[in-house]
Amino acid sequence: MSDCIHFILNGESVDADVPGTARLLDILREYFKLTGVKCGCGEGECGACAVLINGKLRNSCMVAMGSLEGCSVMTIEGYEKTEKFAVVEKAYGKAGAVQCGFCTPGMIMATEALLSKNPHPTDSEIREGLSGNLCRCTGYNMIVEAVMTAAKEGAGLW
Amino acid sequence: MVNGYMPNTLEDALKIRRENEVVLYAGGTDLMVRKEESIPYLFLNLIPKLQEVTEDKETIYIGAACIYSDLLQNKVIPDILKKSIATIASPAIRNAATIGGNIGNASPAGDTLPVLYALDARLKIRTLDSEKEVNIKDFIIGPKKTILEKDAIIEQIIIPKKRADIPFYYQKVGARKADAISKLSFAGIYQLENGRLTDFACAFGAVGPTVIRATSIEQMLLGKTMEEVRNLIDDVINQYSLVINPIDDQRSTAIYRKKVSLNLLGDFLQVICNAKE
Ligand SMILES: Cc1cc2nc3c(=O)[nH]c(=O)nc-3n(C[C@H](O)[C@H](O)[C@H](O)COP(=O)(O)OP(=O)(O)OC[C@H]3O[C@@H](n4cnc5c(N)ncnc54)[C@H](O)[C@@H]3O)c2cc1C
Ligand code: FES
Ligand code: FES
Repeated sequence: MSDCIHFILNGESVDADVPGTARLLDILREYFKLTGVKCGCGEGECGACAVLINGKLRNSCMVAMGSLEGCSVMTIEGYEKTEKFAVVEKAYGKAGAVQCGFCTPGMIMATEALLSKNPHPTDSEIREGLSGNLCRCTGYNMIVEAVMTAAKEGAGLW
Repeated sequence: MVNGYMPNTLEDALKIRRENEVVLYAGGTDLMVRKEESIPYLFLNLIPKLQEVTEDKETIYIGAACIYSDLLQNKVIPDILKKSIATIASPAIRNAATIGGNIGNASPAGDTLPVLYALDARLKIRTLDSEKEVNIKDFIIGPKKTILEKDAIIEQIIIPKKRADIPFYYQKVGARKADAISKLSFAGIYQLENGRLTDFACAFGAVGPTVIRATSIEQMLLGKTMEEVRNLIDDVINQYSLVINPIDDQRSTAIYRKKVSLNLLGDFLQVICNAKE
């Protein structure tokens, strides 16, 4: 057993003295006060808690802290500071892809995960990439359109 | 103090496992749903050796902690296994969930399991001072029940290429495309040589306490011509209807599960009869 869990959070090296069995979701919200990460279902099914771990999309409600030793975690608060975020934000706004906004941080992390692997996705690749993210408001078409727009407007960034 | 163990080698993990009461944590996607915080986790996700896929002439060796999204990208992984993995959950879950976790969890609805049963997969089980291979069907003994000893870890899933390289049939039936646990699933493989069926295996998921495979029924078909197989279809379906005993639960009913499973079996047998060598 070790004293602390060492990992990188939004680009900064952190030591967290928290239980290894604690959920990343709770630690982000309650210990680091990063409340852009939402709890929708707590069971891995809605994507509202999505973050990037070592660049890969993960649901933070399904991650125990101990598994993060040495990993890099990016939440919407870290992503917000990037040039890519600016493009995605604009595209979501233009497409009307944000209504209540509860799903949006997770949707945006899923968008980034998708575009970083596949800068020019097709409609069905976007739907597959976002298939773990639920939205109760928009009916998804506007979100798919937003990702299309981001891919076009941000050409070269991803 | 962090209540958890984060070893970087399998040897260290086996030592910790022997000396402490721990829960093995690979991707956490089953464990975190029914969170159990009293026993510390032994994290397996930081051990490179458990994430390797290797092969030799006759065999594929898959590290137990390989995550699904990596297996989908790996050209060594058999297509039938990839087909089942692609139906599991969503991208974020596939970036965490492991094949060893699917086996360790031993749910009759685990989607890699019917494929692994049909492929005659074996598991390499390690303890600090022992190593053995067990066929997957002998490892899982009931819903959520395996024969894994308290000090053991699944190191590898071992797949014979003779089974992995032949034609296959796979279907999963769930409520929707993404994030749906199987109502039922079906995996089959076959080989035709000189007009005869020289290899045949099939397995049914989520229609019994464990995945169902009946080698005695499979034997009826081996060596038969396509014409003979065609004449045996009804008989074979009847035989399987005696060994498939699903239950009603929140996802589906026993009647639906049995009916659709047998329909898929019938479809698979038709595919075989109409196949070209
Ligand atoms: C939203 C959601 C959707 C899902 N959809 C599906 C689906 O469609 N199909 C499906 O089959 N499953 C599904 N699952 C279940 C789960 O993702 C899979 O069973 C997955 O393969 C579990 O792997 P893991 O590494 O996350 O397991 P963990 O949660 O880490 O472990 C599961 C069990 O296996 C044991 N274990 C893990 N590794 C080893 C090892 N090397 N040796 C011995 N024991 C070990 C653990 O101790 C534990 O008991 C879903 C889960 C969620 C949350
Ligand atoms: S809160 Fe994590 S997936 Fe729903
Ligand atoms: S905008 Fe309300 S849930 Fe998606």
